[in-house]
Amino acid sequence: MNAAETVARAVRAHVLRMTSNGRSSHVGSALSCTDLLAVLYTSVLRVDPDRPDWPDRDRMIMSKGHAGAALYAVLAERGFFATDLLRQHYQNGSHLSGHVSHVGIPGVEVSTGSLGHGLSVGAGLAWRARQRHRPWHTYVLLGDGECDEGSVWEAAHFAGHHGLVNLIAVVDWNGMQSLGTTEETLRLQPFADKWRAFGWDAVEVDGHDHTVLDRVLRVPRDATHGRPRVVLARTTKGKGVSFMENQVLWHYRPPSTDELERALAEVGAR
Amino acid sequence: MRNRFFSGLLAAALLDEDIVLITADLGYGAVDAFAEARPGQFVNAGVAEQNMTGLAAGIALGGARVFTYSIANFPTLRCLEQIRNDVCYHGADVTVVAVGGGLAYGALGMSHHATEDLAIMRAMPGMAVAAPGDPVEVGAVLSDLLAAGGPAYLRLGKTGEGTVHSTSLELTRGGSTLLGSGGNILICSTGGILGNVCAAADTLSDLSVDVRSFPWLSPFDTAAIHDAAGRYRLIVTVEEHSIIGGLGSAVAEVLAESAAGVPLLRIALPPTPTSVVGDQEFLRAHHGLDTASISRRIRERWEAMRGLASQVR
Repeated sequence: MNAAETVARAVRAHVLRMTSNGRSSHVGSALSCTDLLAVLYTSVLRVDPDRPDWPDRDRMIMSKGHAGAALYAVLAERGFFATDLLRQHYQNGSHLSGHVSHVGIPGVEVSTGSLGHGLSVGAGLAWRARQRHRPWHTYVLLGDGECDEGSVWEAAHFAGHHGLVNLIAVVDWNGMQSLGTTEETLRLQPFADKWRAFGWDAVEVDGHDHTVLDRVLRVPRDATHGRPRVVLARTTKGKGVSFMENQVLWHYRPPSTDELERALAEVGAR
Repeated sequence: MRNRFFSGLLAAALLDEDIVLITADLGYGAVDAFAEARPGQFVNAGVAEQNMTGLAAGIALGGARVFTYSIANFPTLRCLEQIRNDVCYHGADVTVVAVGGGLAYGALGMSHHATEDLAIMRAMPGMAVAAPGDPVEVGAVLSDLLAAGGPAYLRLGKTGEGTVHSTSLELTRGGSTLLGSGGNILICSTGGILGNVCAAADTLSDLSVDVRSFPWLSPFDTAAIHDAAGRYRLIVTVEEHSIIGGLGSAVAEVLAESAAGVPLLRIALPPTPTSVVGDQEFLRAHHGLDTASISRRIRERWEAMRGLASQVR
């Protein structure tokens, strides 16, 4: 098993325990983007857990802030803070909120939770890096349902117009949102063409294939012909736990103790 | 006020390449000099205020000091959550600048009347709020914003207002400035209505009236209000803003938690939608914010108080 696979397996176990212990929602969303985060933080992002504020680090914005459990877990696995801290997720008096918050949490760049904010902030960071010749890349992980937000397309419009090649968006395209599928809620398709029409280099990949993800996420600046890249990652909501996969139910429901044991066994944590 | 702001911002930007100006496609004839002199520090984000504000937060988190600019309610209400979450929660060095505070764009209609901005910005956590009263106050507030940074909101009037202060002004963040000394009545003013307030005070000279201008609403000069509560017999607030949540509310909050029994008269816009349009002075008069109306209401209240006092005797 390679490093990203090891991290992904550990993150899935953390996410299941965190949402079960916290009686919190969004376990399906977190499992959906676990492989994306594992690859980003294992082989793509230039970040240093010992120097979380290193000025030239790559920036990663978790715009789908409701999957915060997965981000916290991957940061802990990468050594930004102790995995013991994850037990405080969703607890009274804790800073580990259900949606991503940066305050007091090393490695978290930007707080999110209201959808449609992250790509604009990421475009700002990318613009700044370009203007001041800084080396960092900015990554923004979005949800597919999040792309209902008009502000996502304001940011896409801006980044495409300005050719922000140091900006990489990743959409966790699991095809499900809060009340149903994306296609029956507010049709995304033709999704890649929409991004291309906004001036982006859009690639559609298997969002659970680590080898492919590693290749498309590490973008040489000259590879996209002056366009920002969006990785449309086809994923499965609840990935790794058979009874959670592709079930809207698990957008909200926290696993019971019994369900937790079964789920942990399925992700190889038992 | 607008010209004073842009000349000050450009002067600072020439010395500091970390200063960035973003407009949401507004400022024709106003942003041009900045854009030409410092193209690498200027962005026209297009007609997209949510993105403008998110961008500003990102650029600021990347080490810059950012000013967003648009008119009326567009840089504030249209993108309020970006201000709250992306700017305020991150303590990002962003100053939101709105030109056309109050009824400056009166004839353009309801959409362009910025009449709740101070209340809403004052409620944003960690946000400094400034509404200078004339170009001199703009200079003083801008100096502080350039030195101490955001998150902040700067409400400007328009161009061509008269200058009230005859000399330059030193003002710390949260400070206010007194025009006059001693007297029975204190009129508190914020924003571009200051000229009318001073003119009204002149017509009330027989009553011994002072004016205190509050270019900062947050932080707020609570000490000045506590002091005034023990010094004056009537406190008046005047603002080109809804009566909910602006200067009158800020003063009332301070007085309500003090032991002082000094009466308070709040002169402001009613908290109701209006379809009446006209130029700024017309609308001010329509809503009782012209010099004569301000003067009349204060005199009426004063005489009512004196009448009550004589009855008590």
